[in-house]
Amino acid sequence: MKIVTTIRQLPDLIEPLVIDASGKSLDYGEARFLVNEYDDHALEQAVLLKEQHGASITVVALDFGDVNDALYTAAAKGVDRIIKIPYEEKKPPFPRAAAEIFAGVIRDLQPDLILAGVQSYEEWDGSFTPLLAHALQLPYVGLIQGVECSGEQSITAFKEFPGAAKARMTIRLPAVLGILAASHPPRYVPISRVRAAMKSAHFEEIAAAPPSIAPKIQLEKLYAPVTGARAEMIDGSESEIASRIVQLLTEKGVLK
Amino acid sequence: MQQTQPTIAYDYTPSTLDVEKLLRTGDFLGCLQCGMCAGSCPLGYAMNYTPRKIILNTRAGNLNKILVDPSVWLCISCYTCSSRCPKKIELTDLLWPALRDRALQEGFQPPTELQDAFEKIYKYGNSLGGSPRKRMDWAAGLDFPIANLAKDPHPVDVLWIVECFPSYYPRNQIVAREFARMLNILEIDWGVLGHKEKCLGDCDRLYGEEGLFETLVENNIELLHDYQFNTILVIDPHAFRALNRFYPLFGATFPAEHYATFLAKRLGPLQPFLKKPIPAKVTYHDNCCIGRRCQCYEPPRQLLQAISGIELVEMERNRDNALCCGGGGGGMWLDGHITKHGGHRLSDERVKQAAASGADILAVSCPYELSRFEDSIKVAGLESRLKVRDLIELLAESMDIQEGGKS
Repeated sequence: MKIVTTIRQLPDLIEPLVIDASGKSLDYGEARFLVNEYDDHALEQAVLLKEQHGASITVVALDFGDVNDALYTAAAKGVDRIIKIPYEEKKPPFPRAAAEIFAGVIRDLQPDLILAGVQSYEEWDGSFTPLLAHALQLPYVGLIQGVECSGEQSITAFKEFPGAAKARMTIRLPAVLGILAASHPPRYVPISRVRAAMKSAHFEEIAAAPPSIAPKIQLEKLYAPVTGARAEMIDGSESEIASRIVQLLTEKGVLK
Repeated sequence: MQQTQPTIAYDYTPSTLDVEKLLRTGDFLGCLQCGMCAGSCPLGYAMNYTPRKIILNTRAGNLNKILVDPSVWLCISCYTCSSRCPKKIELTDLLWPALRDRALQEGFQPPTELQDAFEKIYKYGNSLGGSPRKRMDWAAGLDFPIANLAKDPHPVDVLWIVECFPSYYPRNQIVAREFARMLNILEIDWGVLGHKEKCLGDCDRLYGEEGLFETLVENNIELLHDYQFNTILVIDPHAFRALNRFYPLFGATFPAEHYATFLAKRLGPLQPFLKKPIPAKVTYHDNCCIGRRCQCYEPPRQLLQAISGIELVEMERNRDNALCCGGGGGGMWLDGHITKHGGHRLSDERVKQAAASGADILAVSCPYELSRFEDSIKVAGLESRLKVRDLIELLAESMDIQEGGKS
């Protein structure tokens, strides 16, 4: 089975987010990046499928942010092929454009299964993964929690529904799955392996045509949330804050 | 815990450690199988594989059984086994890291709480997951400028590597500020590395993350060679141990000193400032790195005895026989695993020993111990009887430069 997974980089919220001069975008030059956690689960699911049933894994990522670190870690996890899509812009593409860019490269790889994180916290113009499936003209199922092989031309995927109902579905390939969680949490890779990957891993570069579409939503303003009238921000020392919380919980009848 | 065998993508030979080779060399060939290590280990009762059994079973070809066992992640690097071994085999510094490195290389997952610490150290250069840009936040509120060599490189006599807990953890930041005031009063020519500083990495090595340790060592060696200084000063005994013992293995010998010996050597100039008496019974907890490993028992006690009013009392287990706080060598991030398999944390046991000594104050000289022991004091219900103070805090109080203003 040929599996493709995608990796998207997101601003690491450990650093304060800085809004640029336009007031409509983050200043990505000031950001530190990490891998979208759902993409990390998608990669783990791919590696688990490879270990259990045999498969080749190709990771595709935009050359943006700290992508090399993410790709070396992917190499250390045992992926077979790594493709970087050259990208010159200072900010990431909006989701519909990203779907078009990724689809341009993935289409030629002719994968059986595409695993991508079901969402990321930077999506504002639609959700990347179903848009990717649309661009590839492939079926899509989202919110998947665990995938198993069930034959040459199909896979079994699991999905939870409200009301404690769990579905097991057989999906004919090729297909795109939006991964919420892998069957097991993403593994820890010893740094020695990442270091070895830094010396030996090979990244291919495959260019994609620039996206032909513009965002359907115009972003007018990006700003930090404003404290609402009904919110009380508690200031003071740790003990003053703690006392106020205890007082509030007592007033509301939570503490007696 | 479910173990998943990963795809081996690349061959990797650890540069310094191979557990099977190790057991066929020098000192390890002399293991008498006497069991002193197992009987001495404060967590030996919880281990299916004690050092003696690890040596025996590895030789018998049963290494794979050991690697999946929770014992692999129970050693807290207290050095008791190494210090009592009649053949003086370096079990703590060699056997455990080699075993853990092998477990990691074979794809066995370390407890998740430890993975989290490893990932934060790799990504941010500190185990607390703090932003590298906020490394100097500890110094906020000091009323004098600090020589931040990252911004203004110049030669200094003493380079203070503040390390992770004093830089980021609020309880330890207090100690860091008091120490900064103390260095100024002693007219030391000192500086710090500011946001360029990264974890020195001792605990990562002892927990078998050899690749992470090597990465940190390479970064730090390159960084330190950019600056001119005579001595590196540290608050963290593990950092001292790393610089003293492990950095030279990578060809980097930097003169390093832990603050207890640094200050004890300067008791002459320090004494006139120790004006305010502290009327209290104080017991000192010998941390494992400075104590058992480096045999430094008297300088911390000399500092305490220099403060008038302090009556130094000893716990039954002191000096070579001191019980570990349970936080060393990665134990700081394994309380869940150790409690699950060992039933309790060693710090919970140690505060009871401190209370039994009759002391009002448990004095410490390691950043991990403040929060560990304060937490355990709450667990033991000893809050009204026992307080934890770093040596620096007691000295600062006597010098009337303690946090919160003069009294």
